[in-house]
Amino acid sequence: MEYAIVLLPLLGSIISGFFGKKLGDKLCQLLTSLFVSISAILSLFIFYKVFVHDYSSNKLIFSWISSGNFHINWSINIDPLVAVMLVVVSLISSIIHFYSIGYMNHDPHKPRFMSYLSLFTFAMLTLVTADNFLQLYFGWEGVGLCSYLLIGFWYKRPAANAAAIKAFLVNRVGDFGFAIGIFLIFYLFGTVNYDEVFLKVPEFINKEISLLNNSPPFSFLGTSIKSIDLICLLLFVGAMGKSAQILLHTWLPDAMEGPTPVSALIHAATMVTAGVFLVVRCSPIFEYSQIALNVVAIVGMMTAFFAATVAMVQNDIKKIVAYSTCSQLGYMFFAAGIGAYHVAIFHLFTHAFFKALLFLGSGCVIHSFKDEQDIRSMGGVWRKIPYTYALMLIGTLALTGFPFLSGYYSKDAIIEFAYLKGTTVGYYAATIGILTALLTAIYSWRLIFKTFHGKYNNKKNNLSSVQESPIIMLAPSCLLAIGAIITGILFKELFIGYDTQFWNNSILFLETIRSDHPPTWLLVTTPLLVTIIIPIAYYLFVKNDKILKNFISKNQLLYNFLVNKWYFDELYNFIFVEPIKKIGLFFWKKGDINTIDRYGPDGLSRLVKVISDKAVNFQSGYLYHYAFVMLIGLSILLTYLILY
Amino acid sequence: MIEIGIGHYLTLSAIIFTIGIVGIFLNRKNVIIILMSIELILLSVNINLVSFSIYLQNLVGQVFTMFILTVAAAEAAVGLAIIVIYYKNRGSINVEQIDSLKG
Repeated sequence: MEYAIVLLPLLGSIISGFFGKKLGDKLCQLLTSLFVSISAILSLFIFYKVFVHDYSSNKLIFSWISSGNFHINWSINIDPLVAVMLVVVSLISSIIHFYSIGYMNHDPHKPRFMSYLSLFTFAMLTLVTADNFLQLYFGWEGVGLCSYLLIGFWYKRPAANAAAIKAFLVNRVGDFGFAIGIFLIFYLFGTVNYDEVFLKVPEFINKEISLLNNSPPFSFLGTSIKSIDLICLLLFVGAMGKSAQILLHTWLPDAMEGPTPVSALIHAATMVTAGVFLVVRCSPIFEYSQIALNVVAIVGMMTAFFAATVAMVQNDIKKIVAYSTCSQLGYMFFAAGIGAYHVAIFHLFTHAFFKALLFLGSGCVIHSFKDEQDIRSMGGVWRKIPYTYALMLIGTLALTGFPFLSGYYSKDAIIEFAYLKGTTVGYYAATIGILTALLTAIYSWRLIFKTFHGKYNNKKNNLSSVQESPIIMLAPSCLLAIGAIITGILFKELFIGYDTQFWNNSILFLETIRSDHPPTWLLVTTPLLVTIIIPIAYYLFVKNDKILKNFISKNQLLYNFLVNKWYFDELYNFIFVEPIKKIGLFFWKKGDINTIDRYGPDGLSRLVKVISDKAVNFQSGYLYHYAFVMLIGLSILLTYLILY
Repeated sequence: MIEIGIGHYLTLSAIIFTIGIVGIFLNRKNVIIILMSIELILLSVNINLVSFSIYLQNLVGQVFTMFILTVAAAEAAVGLAIIVIYYKNRGSINVEQIDSLKG
């Protein structure tokens, strides 16, 4: 059963990728969707078994590397954490496979698209089911590759290619840190299998970094670093890259150049949460490193706040949702950073549903408006496309944390746990959490009101040409909508209940989570704020937009700062891209062309040509020249023979 | 009155030989002149042989001369035949224009 979950998507991908032309579009779409659906149903079954029977297993596929005492298996490891991820990945993936059948209806490369989607699912499943860091890294790079392929799926668009390359390069930075982290783990523990590493961690808590075994600790300016801290920080750098945390977030908004189903699957629900998964998976290491946990929490907070502020002023519907994803990932990280790993996973779980729903809803909106993505050119269509409207509304309510929808349970739980933590970081996290929840509500409702309410602003299409998306797109979205509504209530007790035994040993908590109730005012604040925001937003964005315009014109500087995404792209351009471009140009023009080529291959060939041009003159073709040369040669030879 | 000795013969032969050589590569006009120069070279060799034959009282040199004369005649015939054919093909036996060996 476990084998089928992981390998069916791969099989679908291979069939659709290599034999797509022979099988035809329809068959490929059905086949891949079917395979991934089977995988999803089996994952649900596994989840049920884990939930009811405390099932856990480690199925070996084959032994990957066996060298000395370094053994790596290719295996499928099932425990509660993995079971949750399996459900998220395969379920969302199968829903999006079906949605793509409708969304990619006019695309000429359907088999290729389905193949990439299935390949991605396979890579993500190997990532979560790994029982060692190397297989995790394989999956990690696999999803990165698929992300690259899918962002650049419309390879004829220069913007899509640029975005794909950017995503790949920014992820390289993170993956570099991650790889070094894994090296360090192997160096320190002599193994990269989770079980053995986690077992040995307590022995190494106070070990400081040294360059060689048994040599004195390596110190810089009199301060030495603990190995555990360094490992955790490096692993977190990897997580930052994949999960688009601040500093390495620049690729995520650009990745929206890819088709919308891709954005929903990879850049909202699954791949970007791999970083959160990594931190939670490594909780037995992170728990011993307070510094790393604080860094995780702070980076998470900053990202949550930063992305939410930027999302408020964006005009591209997909970019708003992308920044919102970024912001929600920040929530997950600071939840993990304050030690509430189970809450982070719970938010990951609910977020996967409502964010995928929002993306699919945006896809429907874009489809209805004939590829229009600017929310300024939309509006006033909620009666024309009621189903899409309802779906987006559910997604937005869940995202903002409107009471009794899924986002309410997970997001408020994060804020509560942060508050209950009782440390400085915890209080800051709670404050930022509430503030960001407020901002989230503002930009989400702005999106809804600008898109569906107010005046119809599209100049390219008539109002009458706006029509509802086909059933093949709406039906999968409805499934997600159901998920977005019920996952919160249904799984709250199981995932984050005070005495839940669900997680078993898959997550390590050094200190038991405090079980006292947070003060009532904290419980009420966030839902109250996000509810009050709705009428205010309606007034500001639909009824009376003069107030906002005045505000913007008065605070032009702030507005520009936000519209330009805090100038991160410009900053990186200035610090990294331009100098490297200059260095590259220097080495190319001066080093390669003007030095190596000039004196190397080009120079040699020119030299040969010059000499042979000279030598050709020697061969005049006149008999008397040859005779003369023969005579001279003969006389020289004779002279030589006579004299010596 | 100067006694004509072997030295004079040899000098004559050397002069004729040199004229032949120089005739080959200073000649810019005609292939027939090259042929004539070759004949001159052969004749100078003949003079050499004959004079040494008398000087050394050995007939072998003169016999050799007879052979060389025969070979020279044959060679002249073959050479002239080649020139005739060449002229038929190219319409000219000007040395300046015979340069199809040029690389």
